[in-house]
Amino acid sequence: MAEAKRVPLSLPLLARVEGEGALELAYAQGRIAGLRLHIFEPPRYFEKFLEGRHYSEVPDIVARICGLCPAAYQMSAVQALEGILGLAPGPWVQAMRRLFYCGEWIESHCAHLHLLAAPDFFGCANVVELAAKDAGAVRRGLKLQNLGNRILQFLGGRSIHPVGARVGGFWRAPSAAEARALLAELQGALPEAEALLDWVLAWPLPECDQAFESVALRTETGYAIEGGRIVSDRGLDIHAEAFERHFSEHQVPHSTAFHCLHEGQPYLVGPLARLNLNADRLPADIRQRLHQAGIALPSGNPFHSAAARAAEVLYALREALRLLADYAPTDTPYVEAEPRAGIGFGATEAPRGILWHRYELDERGLVRAARIVPPTAQNQARIEADLAATLAEMSDAAEAALRQRAETVIRNYDPCISCATHFLRLKVERA
Amino acid sequence: MKPRLGVYKFTSCDGCQLALLNQGADLLALLDRVELVHFPEAGPSAPEAAVDLALIEGSISTPEEAERIRGIRARAGHLVALGACATAGGIQALRNATEAGSAWRAALYPQPEFIATAERSLPVSALVPVDLELFGCPVDGRQLMAALNTVLAGGRYRPSGDSVCGECKQAGHACVLVSRGEPCLGPVTRAGCGALCPGQGRGCYGCFGPSAQANLASLKAVFAGLGLSDAEIGRRFAFITAEAFRALEQKHG
Ligand code: SF4
Repeated sequence: MAEAKRVPLSLPLLARVEGEGALELAYAQGRIAGLRLHIFEPPRYFEKFLEGRHYSEVPDIVARICGLCPAAYQMSAVQALEGILGLAPGPWVQAMRRLFYCGEWIESHCAHLHLLAAPDFFGCANVVELAAKDAGAVRRGLKLQNLGNRILQFLGGRSIHPVGARVGGFWRAPSAAEARALLAELQGALPEAEALLDWVLAWPLPECDQAFESVALRTETGYAIEGGRIVSDRGLDIHAEAFERHFSEHQVPHSTAFHCLHEGQPYLVGPLARLNLNADRLPADIRQRLHQAGIALPSGNPFHSAAARAAEVLYALREALRLLADYAPTDTPYVEAEPRAGIGFGATEAPRGILWHRYELDERGLVRAARIVPPTAQNQARIEADLAATLAEMSDAAEAALRQRAETVIRNYDPCISCATHFLRLKVERA
Repeated sequence: MKPRLGVYKFTSCDGCQLALLNQGADLLALLDRVELVHFPEAGPSAPEAAVDLALIEGSISTPEEAERIRGIRARAGHLVALGACATAGGIQALRNATEAGSAWRAALYPQPEFIATAERSLPVSALVPVDLELFGCPVDGRQLMAALNTVLAGGRYRPSGDSVCGECKQAGHACVLVSRGEPCLGPVTRAGCGALCPGQGRGCYGCFGPSAQANLASLKAVFAGLGLSDAEIGRRFAFITAEAFRALEQKHG
């Protein structure tokens, strides 16, 4: 065999995603012969130290899995635990949970779009450079991000690891005056959320078309956020309870992030998967604007995730306004029940996609076992497939171009930073 | 020359960095005054560069992280530990008390040999000298900005060692311990959050760690009086800042 030409690289690949890892890429005769995305994030053992904890402690524990989407973790957990306890919170709690979740979508999507994604499409190394070029856009983004935080604070006291949510509802009902103040702020920002969508729709998103399965939650009415059935564009339609029969997680030697597969195959979760499955539930004007921007749904272009995020920010802001419009405080912001043994399941749409939880409680209400499947684990195999498709044509590309493209592809999935990587080194072999 | 700032992540949830990124206009003003050398979440990445001010998020939980924090310490002027992870090992330090680190790894990962991790999750100060610790899970954004501005101006910042109770009274909240019989850690927890949990009508769960004068024994007696079992009382303290409360307990016997 001819001596393989090796081009070993040691470059910080994912400059805007911390964690530890590397991308190993091997080309042979101009084709990809091997591709592995190494991810090493120190394990924190949440599922183990949940064991023996009382169910009432779970929402504050699981929040700490991710500072970027703590409310999502709390909402999947309470759904699963209430299923076991036989609790059915009323319309006030349901509406406020949706509002709470809208806040997190706005915050998380705006942080991703401005801090992580936008610099890629404006030839900037980072948001500090972008701010020098387009201060208005960055300022608008920070303002919207902050409004998302305001919604989270309204119900949770603080936006990161909020303390207001509990099994059965919320600890406290905010006053009518607090709601009026928030409503006015949100109203004032509506034009900015509209402008954000226009701005993102004008980004020079790369063209590409890939075949993949989209998986998202779906409800009878409305755009699914805080619950629903798990559906896919290849015919899947199941209750959260059946998840483990269709999806399986695999440990791969090169990563501490599990790969979760659907019937053995990679699949997509997150904003674009939601848009692909639930576009019919979006207001007609938002659909219309996506269409006019040349985005035909369902879309096989993963880069359309950016547009999906901007559309969801606008949707979530309008939804928050709707939910707050006739707000009235309640005397019973939560319901309670006696502990009982059982198994419960929760699935909600975290900003990055389906977040699935399973808990087993004993008769005292203590956790016997817990299992959590975050969106980043579900997208892991899809990211590798996307990299393989995108980098296939780039066997002759310069290392800098390879790295830039690989970074953009990975970032586009908004891998939950703490479930992902840093100091990623790119190692290319060419033969 | 502008002071050089680096923000580094270890074992964590990213919440403390986000607390900084959430500061909006104040953050942009701060970035004007410093040269941002390393902060991957916000862009620049230069992990090996020397900095005047290093902000550390996360606990030290792998051999690689132990190496990395020593390197950062050697190249940093002022080193600040941010939040419960960096100051107390964080919630992931719950494994320390169980001696179960390796058993848990085996239970969670079918091939545990692929996972290089230490048995214990440690605060930064267990490995290197720390110039300033800011508490909370996450750190309080306003306190963080106040501390950074003080340090950048050449001053010394020391967070208050008072308990949450003072903030709670100042905010005019009804005492949840007295009025609702809610087990509240406020009397032994460091101030800094503005008495968030009592403001929601619930007990504090201690995410800022112990206050300077914390008397755990007397609060435990109060909890027992409310009808909590020993196990329930134990779990209250074995939470977000478990190791900090455990250390205090050992000191007082
Ligand atoms: S202290 Fe809390 S908020 Fe900060 S990184 Fe650790 S877990 Fe996250």
